[in-house]
Amino acid sequence: MSVQTAARPSSSSAGTSSQPKIRTPRLRFPRAARSRRSRRSLALTLLMGLVLLYSLAPLFWLLVNATKTQDGLLNSFGLWFDGDFALWDNIARTATYDGGIFLRWFANTVLYVVLGAGGATFLAVLGGYALAKFDFPGRKAVFAVVIGAVAIPGTALAVPTFLMFSQMGLTNTPWAVIIPSLISPFGLYLMWTFATEAIPTEIMESARIDGASEARTFFQVCLPLLTPGIVTVLLFTMVATWNNYFLPLIMLKNPDWYPLTLGLNAWNAQAGTAGGEAIFNLVITGSLLTILPLIAAFLLLQRYWQSGLSAGSVKE
Amino acid sequence: MTSPQVAARAGAAAPAARTSRRASRRSWAGWWFIGPFMAVFAVVFLAPIAYSIYLSVFRNQLIGGTAFVGLDNYARALGDPQFWSALGRVSLFLAVQVPVMLMIALVVALALDSGRLYGKSFFRISIFLPYAVPAVVATLMWGFMYGTRFGLVGNINQAFGLNLPSPLSSELVLASIGNIVTWEFIGYNMLIFYSALTVIPKSLYEAAEIDGAGQLRVIAAIKLPAIRGAIVVANIFSVIGSFQLFNEPSILKSLSPNTISTYFTPNLYAFSLSFSGQQYNYSATVAIIMGLITMAIAYAVQVRGMRKER
Repeated sequence: MSVQTAARPSSSSAGTSSQPKIRTPRLRFPRAARSRRSRRSLALTLLMGLVLLYSLAPLFWLLVNATKTQDGLLNSFGLWFDGDFALWDNIARTATYDGGIFLRWFANTVLYVVLGAGGATFLAVLGGYALAKFDFPGRKAVFAVVIGAVAIPGTALAVPTFLMFSQMGLTNTPWAVIIPSLISPFGLYLMWTFATEAIPTEIMESARIDGASEARTFFQVCLPLLTPGIVTVLLFTMVATWNNYFLPLIMLKNPDWYPLTLGLNAWNAQAGTAGGEAIFNLVITGSLLTILPLIAAFLLLQRYWQSGLSAGSVKE
Repeated sequence: MTSPQVAARAGAAAPAARTSRRASRRSWAGWWFIGPFMAVFAVVFLAPIAYSIYLSVFRNQLIGGTAFVGLDNYARALGDPQFWSALGRVSLFLAVQVPVMLMIALVVALALDSGRLYGKSFFRISIFLPYAVPAVVATLMWGFMYGTRFGLVGNINQAFGLNLPSPLSSELVLASIGNIVTWEFIGYNMLIFYSALTVIPKSLYEAAEIDGAGQLRVIAAIKLPAIRGAIVVANIFSVIGSFQLFNEPSILKSLSPNTISTYFTPNLYAFSLSFSGQQYNYSATVAIIMGLITMAIAYAVQVRGMRKER
């Protein structure tokens, strides 16, 4: 697909409509005051509908199949509901299977997210604020080192981190997952660009003149201005920690400390082991339960994180 | 406000532009704030990198423990057909998947920004949602759909009497992984492009309108150049992501053990070397080589992207 093919329907409909010609030039543009309805393009909407379908169909598949029994999974059409509606039964079995280990994994994931993503956001907010609003020795070096480190592949870090942590006796404990989660270079970057826009330097100057300490200036004057940026960074670090798979895979052997991602994969792999029970219906229901909290967070907080992402978009 | 900087637009040019707007006093006060980040960063990034380099110049021998071998591990990797096959596979993946994904994301972002879509915010949030799905869940989900047991391909074959090839066959499995990754990240990249598009000053569109420019011309002459920084950033993230491909193939492996080898991608190879083979030193070497290649290509993308700007 190319830019031209997607854009053509919209431009041709603009050409056939006589309405824009009547208006003054000022009003002919996106987001301008003139009537929006007449400019909407059905063809473009339908074309984008294909991408929408692609994005949502697998989620629909997950929802549909979470309502099926193991038997129904094998014997009914994948994209529609089966005769028996087993969703509640599946949820109950997911929660109780193997002594309720799924709930334990859920609690672990929440723990990793609260400490890992919460801590990562805190560090990124402090650091981003420093990069945006202070001129300190070594500032350029900080930037170069952080950006360079992002390109290092996970395994290049994972193997030595695993060996280091294992010498310190941290592997197979929650700390092995939480400590590396505390660093989010992307969060630092987002916060940096956001703080640059959101905090007028004059406000900081006047707080200082009034005798406020640096800490007080930050917490009482600047922090409230940073709220949309903080929500955005928190959501992205939450996703990263909630969805983390590689790090816990390496660090944890004891299933009692698994996060959901690792647990689900273990359930899935169970079918392939000798004498293992196939529990695909539980894998699917568990997957649905795993993604619901994040989807809810994105939907509920969308106003905040979208404004946080396009920091400068409110100004012309 | 004079400089419309947004996360995705800032790119590499941002730090210099910002200096003049900061408080002019140069002091150590900033370290109170960046200090905690850098301290943890040193523990979880810098120390492991240093240790990795240290590991890569040693070899663990059956007799006599570890011995310093200089660059021998690097020489071994450069002559290792499994490493080359893994590198070739992710390079092919990169060359096909990244352009397809970014092109779709760009078209969606431009469509959202054009204001010509019915139900714009529904589109925006829905197309973004797959990003919230863990790679594990995404891969299990697509893996089941690909599968012949209760997968859609099996359903279609049954319903229409067709004989579609399995997406998990060795010919198609790389494309199938590409589809999963594309599904996961179209929305994320769309958001990077879209947030860059929203900060373009409206006065530019007005000027173009007065000059009689059409929609396509506005896209080509104003929108695309204005979001070049965002496009470069998205490309760099995608290059890094492709070279680090691990989760999708490693999870798909349990559904399709025969088509995905232990050296399917360089990351999978490094992982298998250390955690199944106990070859920590060689594994560190493979990972470092991949890190260097990734950095070199990310750097090249950035230089190329920024040079065009002038």
